[in-house]
Amino acid sequence: MSIDQSTAAKVAKLARIKVEEDALPALASEFNTILGFIEQLNEVDVDGVEPMVSVTPMRLKRREDVVTDGNQQDKVLANAPDAREGFFAVPKVVE
Amino acid sequence: MLDLTYDTPKVKTIAGAKHDWELVIGIEVHAQVSSNAKLFSGASTQFGAEPNSNVAFVDAAMPGMLPVINEYCIEQAVRTGLGLKADINLKSAFDRKNYFYPDLPQGYQISQLYHPIVGEGEVLVEMGDGTARLVRIERIHMEQDAGKSIHDMDPNMSFVDLNRTGVCLMEIVSRPDIRGPEEAAAYIAKIRQIMRYLGTCDGNMQNGNLRADVNVSICLPGAYEKYQETQDFDYLGTRCEIKNMNSMRFIQQAIEVEARRQIAIVEGGGTVDQETRLYDPDKGETRSMRSKEEAHDYRYFPDPDLLPLEIEQAWVDDIAAGLPELPDEKKARFIADFGLTDYDASVLTAEVESAAYFEEVAQGRNGKLAANWVINELFGRLKKEDHEITDSPVSPTQLGGIIDLIASDAISGKIAKDLFEIVYTTGGDPAEIVDARGMKQVTDTGAIEAALDEIIAANPAQVEKAKVNPKLAGWFVGQVMKATGGKANPKAVNQLVAQKLGG
Repeated sequence: MSIDQSTAAKVAKLARIKVEEDALPALASEFNTILGFIEQLNEVDVDGVEPMVSVTPMRLKRREDVVTDGNQQDKVLANAPDAREGFFAVPKVVE
Repeated sequence: MLDLTYDTPKVKTIAGAKHDWELVIGIEVHAQVSSNAKLFSGASTQFGAEPNSNVAFVDAAMPGMLPVINEYCIEQAVRTGLGLKADINLKSAFDRKNYFYPDLPQGYQISQLYHPIVGEGEVLVEMGDGTARLVRIERIHMEQDAGKSIHDMDPNMSFVDLNRTGVCLMEIVSRPDIRGPEEAAAYIAKIRQIMRYLGTCDGNMQNGNLRADVNVSICLPGAYEKYQETQDFDYLGTRCEIKNMNSMRFIQQAIEVEARRQIAIVEGGGTVDQETRLYDPDKGETRSMRSKEEAHDYRYFPDPDLLPLEIEQAWVDDIAAGLPELPDEKKARFIADFGLTDYDASVLTAEVESAAYFEEVAQGRNGKLAANWVINELFGRLKKEDHEITDSPVSPTQLGGIIDLIASDAISGKIAKDLFEIVYTTGGDPAEIVDARGMKQVTDTGAIEAALDEIIAANPAQVEKAKVNPKLAGWFVGQVMKATGGKANPKAVNQLVAQKLGG
């Protein structure tokens, strides 16, 4: 598998990261290096091996169903570029 | 085992210009778990709060914040799975579904694509005419809800409220086993009913706590059966997904409108594009959400912030042991124990509160009589004022008291209706009201006979006619009832009239 410039541009767009046109060849090339490494890993036979998700044997931590947070509208909105009447105000998005 | 058996409902067909077409429908129900706190944060799920007040930094996706799962939400997903007779997966996992939208601050939704907590199940969907469809459930997974965008408060801006962000949803995915708009509505109603019995989701569609995405495709008669044999989707038409509907009426309209649109395309020689569409109830049409199509490259991957979710069989067994009686079982029991008709049992078990009310009334009494009074008098009266059963001014004990008075022949059915109205509007103990107001029916045959004799004496011509035409006996019954202020026992009056005139 090989990543061309238009695929690199698409990935950048999906991630909402602005990449200038002239930076695309280098980006595509970096992607290809990474994918090349992955392909190398794919050569290892892992049939019957359970994926390891954590280096220590841990159980997913649970929480009780109790309200312990919230009521901090001012803090939540503090970093918003624009907020009105308790809402985040963003450029119009309509279907 | 349930001894209720049903025929399969007829498949809905729509006549095109060239052929008759059948519908094939699969539904994703999004049900909000009725928890106090959100799925991964300690913020409240309360509806209608000040904007952005039920928001923890986790929900606002502040850097460095980590999700911690709410155990109660896991339990409700398991309960729902058990209620739908589904397999529970002791090991499931969370994935990130990546997309950008202003009401999704994380830039991804935490969901369970690859390893859902609940696997295959099934639900029996009764159509109310003695037929029922068995709909297979493919899976149920947990996921986060998004926030709410408001577009009409400002001409140039959209306003975003994150109160709903991160609330736990259960997505219940059906197989394409639903074959018409009415079946689709009945399916959603059944899922809603089961969840309300379980207490896992309040089913409030108006508040958006229950929404549905509906997948619709069309096929020629015979094609669906080939799909059933082979499970090969190639036999079916290309489907379109109508997103985010929270009204039973609109869901039915949308399915019909969308099916007709697809039929017109296919019969005109075109092909249906697989896409997401929105239903516009004002225009009565579905339209493409092309703007979102491009974003539909979700790049799912396992969420590195969350370990796999492992639960123990013993815990699942405990939950199973604590499940309430479910609608199908309750209905079967009502039919068997109280001698109710299928229809009456369906009406009484539609809402868990109605079923509980009925059972309290019927306990130790005639079940059919209790059902008639609950359905015809009480439900009718409540509906008139748009009241729920939980707001009923007449308690089960009071209604039971009225029924006891009828059963013991203390009052007639007609007087009982007056008594019901008094209890409904002013309250009180039915037996005391009957005593205080002298509503007891006259069963003393002497008194009835005296009244009847008087009427016979005063109307010799009527008596002669009645001897020729027995149907006229009714006139005498009416006169006696009138003379006794409606309190004479109708059975006794009928008997006496028949004796006197026939003799």
